[in-house]
Amino acid sequence: MNSQYSHRVYLDHAATTPVRTEVSSVVSETMDSFYGNPSSIYREGQDAKRLLEESRDSVANFLNATGSEIYFTSCGTESDNWAIKGVALNHFGQKMHIITSSVEHHAVLHSCKSLEKIGYEITYLPVDSFGLVNPEDLKRAIRENTALVSIMMANNEIGTIQPVKELCAIAKEKGALFHTDAVQAAGAIPIDVRDLGVDLLSVSGHKVYAPKGVGALYVRRGVKLSNLLDGGAQEHNRRAGTENLPYICGFAKALSLAAEEMSDYSLRISDIRDELIQSVLDRIPHVRLNGHPEKRLPGNVNFSFEFIEGESLLLMLDHHGFSCSSGSACTSGSLDPSHVLLAIGLPHEIAHGSLRISIGRDNTKEQVLGIVPVLEKVANRLREMSPLYEDYVNRRETTYEICEKCLNETDMKK
Amino acid sequence: MLYSDKVMDHFMNPRNVGEIEDASATGTVGNAKCGDIMKVYLKIENDRIIDAKFKTFGCGSAIATSSMATEMIVGKTIDEALTLTNKAVAEALDGLPPIKMHCSLLAEQAVKAALKEYYENNGGIPDAKRVFFDVLQEDEHSV
Repeated sequence: MNSQYSHRVYLDHAATTPVRTEVSSVVSETMDSFYGNPSSIYREGQDAKRLLEESRDSVANFLNATGSEIYFTSCGTESDNWAIKGVALNHFGQKMHIITSSVEHHAVLHSCKSLEKIGYEITYLPVDSFGLVNPEDLKRAIRENTALVSIMMANNEIGTIQPVKELCAIAKEKGALFHTDAVQAAGAIPIDVRDLGVDLLSVSGHKVYAPKGVGALYVRRGVKLSNLLDGGAQEHNRRAGTENLPYICGFAKALSLAAEEMSDYSLRISDIRDELIQSVLDRIPHVRLNGHPEKRLPGNVNFSFEFIEGESLLLMLDHHGFSCSSGSACTSGSLDPSHVLLAIGLPHEIAHGSLRISIGRDNTKEQVLGIVPVLEKVANRLREMSPLYEDYVNRRETTYEICEKCLNETDMKK
Repeated sequence: MLYSDKVMDHFMNPRNVGEIEDASATGTVGNAKCGDIMKVYLKIENDRIIDAKFKTFGCGSAIATSSMATEMIVGKTIDEALTLTNKAVAEALDGLPPIKMHCSLLAEQAVKAALKEYYENNGGIPDAKRVFFDVLQEDEHSV
């Protein structure tokens, strides 16, 4: 790990994770020693091919799949794009309806949006105030021409874990395929593709302490999907492009380490998470926890701080050495706060004040809880500056109308 | 870094935060749903701004532009303060990222909204000065 940040506390593991040293050694050893192209028939190529297939089996093992069902990609986003567009295009002209949820990652939502433009119909299922999809809503939405249902395993912002097994059974009963984006779930909670019954599942390297630039898609044997990348015969003719062998080997290593450590990791991290949540709610007024109190990822904490805007909070935390994330518009590069926070019913002004803390394997309890007094101080300071807080203290009603531009943006997203 | 050192300085150590109890005028612009509200308080004597304070709900640049805008108008006559522009506020902060330019417009609008209230409380806006308040009609997101 890089020592230049040793004085800081990194609490944004849902954004990306540091590469584990065990993983970076595998990456650099592979890079140094196995430069052959796995498609070549001579010695160097065949050695590379062997490593590739060992990695594939190792990833398969992690998901309880078989090696031939694992396809390596460049990232989680590619896996999501491929699953959704690949299934959709394979059903072009026949089944042109797709169901997803309103809290998916943009890789899923924007893939669906782009299919909408070429004539597919998309249903965006709502979620409850915890971020959970109601299976009854899926039952009502599913139709004869539904090609695919794509519901994430766990949410990247609020950590809510969906009832994927139950949702998948509903899809299968109606003859639709089921994809789940398990990018955040991988390494944090057990994933068994056979038990879940899913047809397609996306994972990403850099959320599990492997490098950025590698991912995988599980495609259940027999499931047909169109290719996104055409070219050479790599990945059983389904995903062309010379394989990124060093990262693939690193990814496989990271997942096998995650599998070994998952039960201990999950217990330790969720214990820190719960203590952090309790401590913040006890010490700082006007804070609410977003997401489900129990059905949530071990490392995920998401708060809304009333009367405060999220970017200000992040900048001040950064100044004090803590790296976190927010769903405020100002940090998203758009005018709207996070679609996930709006989907769980938060008003705009509360959604702007969100803070995501995602705990990882290198964090100690002391480090994580060290953010609490800082948060208390920073929240007080920003509230002292806030006219919304002033209105609240003076018991004045705050009636600020939403501007037309923001209103239009919000409507467009619905 | 997202912001210039000057923006960070005005964000971490904002000048003129607070309220003026016997303010001559106040101006509030923006809205909570869009993610930023600025409220500016002015104390005006003999056509001169002798004190300015602000309260802001918003991102780093919203706070920094409020701080800079109030700093730029304290001690100025009303006529001088009317010539404040969002560009001047942004330049004084060594620039803002393009997506944050609307924050500087909000700062200009907050000052102008307060000056407008001051005129309205003191016999109305002189016709010659009306042009300075056109900015209040501008959509903050158009910047």
